[in-house]
Amino acid sequence: MSFELQASLHARNFDMSLSLADGETVAILGPNGAGKSTLLGVISGLLRPDSGSARIADKQLFNLDDGTRLWKAPHLRGTALLAQEALLFPHLNALDNVAFGPRSAGASKVAARETAQHWLAEVDAMPLANRKPSQLSGGQAQRVAVARALAAEPELLLLDEPMAALDIHAAPLLRRVLKRVLKDRKAIIVTHDVLDAYMLADRVIVVEKGRIVEEGPTRDVLERPRSHFAAGLAGLNLVTGTLTEEGITTPDGRVFAGQHDSGWSPSPGQAGVAAFPPSSVSVFLGDVHGSPRNSFPVTITDLEPHGDQIRVRAAGGSAQALSADITPAASADLGLVPGMDVRFVVKSALVAVYPA
Amino acid sequence: MRILRTSFSAALLGGALAASLAGCASGAPEPSNGSATGQLSGTVTVFAAASLKSTFTQLAKDFEAKNPGTKVTLSFAGSSDLVTQITQGAPADVFASADTKSMTKLAEAKLVDGTATDFATNVLEIAVPPSNPASISSFADLAKPEVKVVTCASQVPCGTATDTVEKATGIPLSPVSEESSVTDVLGKVTSGEADAGLVYVTDVKGAGDKVKGIPFPESDKAVNTYPIATVGTGKNKELAAAFIAAVTGEAGKKVLSDAGFGTP
Amino acid sequence: MNRRSTFGYHGVPRWVYAVAAVGGMLVVLPLVAMVAKVNWPQFIPLITSEPSLAALGLSLRTSAASTLLCVVLGVPLALVLARGEFPGQRLLRAFVLLPLVLPPVVGGIALLYTFGRQGLLGKSLEVAGIQIAFSTTAVILAQTFVALPFLVVSLEGALRSAGNRYEAVAATLGARPTTVLRRVTLPLVLPGLASGAVLSFARSLGEFGATLTFAGSLEGVTRTLPLEIYLQRETDPDAAVALSLVLVAVAVAVVGLSYGRRRGSAASGGQA
Repeated sequence: MSFELQASLHARNFDMSLSLADGETVAILGPNGAGKSTLLGVISGLLRPDSGSARIADKQLFNLDDGTRLWKAPHLRGTALLAQEALLFPHLNALDNVAFGPRSAGASKVAARETAQHWLAEVDAMPLANRKPSQLSGGQAQRVAVARALAAEPELLLLDEPMAALDIHAAPLLRRVLKRVLKDRKAIIVTHDVLDAYMLADRVIVVEKGRIVEEGPTRDVLERPRSHFAAGLAGLNLVTGTLTEEGITTPDGRVFAGQHDSGWSPSPGQAGVAAFPPSSVSVFLGDVHGSPRNSFPVTITDLEPHGDQIRVRAAGGSAQALSADITPAASADLGLVPGMDVRFVVKSALVAVYPA
Repeated sequence: MRILRTSFSAALLGGALAASLAGCASGAPEPSNGSATGQLSGTVTVFAAASLKSTFTQLAKDFEAKNPGTKVTLSFAGSSDLVTQITQGAPADVFASADTKSMTKLAEAKLVDGTATDFATNVLEIAVPPSNPASISSFADLAKPEVKVVTCASQVPCGTATDTVEKATGIPLSPVSEESSVTDVLGKVTSGEADAGLVYVTDVKGAGDKVKGIPFPESDKAVNTYPIATVGTGKNKELAAAFIAAVTGEAGKKVLSDAGFGTP
Repeated sequence: MNRRSTFGYHGVPRWVYAVAAVGGMLVVLPLVAMVAKVNWPQFIPLITSEPSLAALGLSLRTSAASTLLCVVLGVPLALVLARGEFPGQRLLRAFVLLPLVLPPVVGGIALLYTFGRQGLLGKSLEVAGIQIAFSTTAVILAQTFVALPFLVVSLEGALRSAGNRYEAVAATLGARPTTVLRRVTLPLVLPGLASGAVLSFARSLGEFGATLTFAGSLEGVTRTLPLEIYLQRETDPDAAVALSLVLVAVAVAVVGLSYGRRRGSAASGGQA
């Protein structure tokens, strides 16, 4: 393990421990206020936790346990931070912004500029070298900021929603640049965007309320989410309950039939989740004839456009929110409005059931 | 603004009247000013040099006590400032100056009735902190290089007097500061910043225990004379004359000499 | 930074203009009256007389020195006030700003009891052979005392509005705190620092009360332009008016410079 952290900060209800292997990029996902930025602050040394310790390889970043008060100042940590906004120093041109890290490390002006040119080229920003930050677009500035962070040769790169402030056209280019430069580099990227997680991260950590609620390889987490936040990101309905042979039973006794992994069966009473896309849910008025399985009375809470579909949000008796995607025509035919009692029917073939 | 303008036009009017009615107005009783029996009443406004503040305040009180029904309004400032104020139309009945120069200026502006009377003199005195740290005992001591002496600047009357003494004695001083007022000179001495200051003997008396006065014989080379006169544009000439009489009379002389003033 | 509405409507009632005009006149009219009073044929001789030039030269020299002192002492003060966290911070700010509202004479008296011969530090200084009273140093001290708050207020405001996000980024890029201060913080707040310095200079130039009380008045040593004006008024009002005009001209130039700078920085500060 090359990066390890354990820290708690009571004032922010923050308590996390995590580690990164060499060359690994981890995406931190979670709702607003979950503690993502706190995590980056603690790692970079801008925020002091109450207790805990962190190290990069042999270098101790801080150790506030066991009576020791070791605390390395931010500039000694080698953890460059890239924020939502580029925050390029407005009085320096792009080249000198990128040269800032090497200069601070003691490189000569000439050497620092050479390094800066290398990294500007690396993010396809060479033509911008002599521009002042005020003459750069948001996307250009963020690419220069990436170069600036990399030029400081950080042992661990911290990215705090680097794409969030960019317009929709600038994000893809920066994402490609990041994919290239983050390869084989230790990095932690905080993001809201599932695409960032897919494209940039080897592993995903989902945080909620200052705690890590789920982690694993990106694909696993997003395809088989165990937390509501991850399920939301992946666009899946998530129901928690107890695993049974045929599927899952919710605490209020509803049965979701679904597919276990082939050749696997649960042990009795094992907790699990059922995940299924809204497109696998149909909406009916009144009682349904035939199999009562996977058919639940719900009350519509919201209707909203979702691509070329209408997403119907509804709450069931167990207060677990579910969504269904139906065509606008179907919605009109059924005369759906919020507050209406309807019946959701889920195709069991599309329900994945797995342990929590 | 309105008050100033009113009194200014009143002063103009008064001057015009005085000029056109000269002669025939004499002796005519004016109900607002007094009566033929010598009973004085009304208000007299006295503009006096700042160094006369304590004495004139006392004199005014005595005057009012002696002449019930009269009121003396006092205004103190630097003599040259007072001249400027009077020429700009400020309502003054009496002007008491700390030097003849200012009185001459007012007379040149045709604002003095008759001639001015000299009523007091003032001479310089050395003021030192009570402990007299530099052991000053004579004017010549002030010229010692290690002595920090503060004087008035030549532009103000006490500074002119200082220059005169320096010239007369042939002892040039190199003051560490040339202040623009007596108050500032005294302030430097009372705070102990300066070893000695040159101010008027009345200023030393007025400062009480905070400074010690050291008289020196050479001070008679620069005797400052205080003239007093009725202002030509004044509205209450009779009362003004009575007040001047009180200042120059025996009682007035006593108050003035108690404060350190000399007689002319 | 462009706060002007994209529409022409500005919502200022007409009567406000009338009152504003009165306010403007209150400031401008006395200046006009003074200019009208200047003895123009004698103007050049009046302001180039030996005492006048000595006073002007002294004023410019001491104001420059006290501005420098304000920068040297005021930058750390502003930094500590804007960025630091320590007990008594609010109290310190209140005290630093005190000279803004204090009558200058009071400042002079306070300085006297600090640096004067009998003062708190003055006694020790005198033992060390340093005499401040009646020296040009005293003038500079008095000017710095009254001018320092201008620099601190101006710079602290700039520091606060700049925030410390750039500094955080710079630190994670490996810059030690002194490097951050030199290469990031100070360049960022340079407009604020410059206008603060200019205001300090202007305030130093106009300093009168504290100097008169604390430093004394001697040609070429402690008699600055305002003291010279005050003195000339006694005998030569024409000279006083002429010198006042010089002081007004310098002040207008200095404040104009500051205003121009601030506008310039506002226009280019849009990126943040």
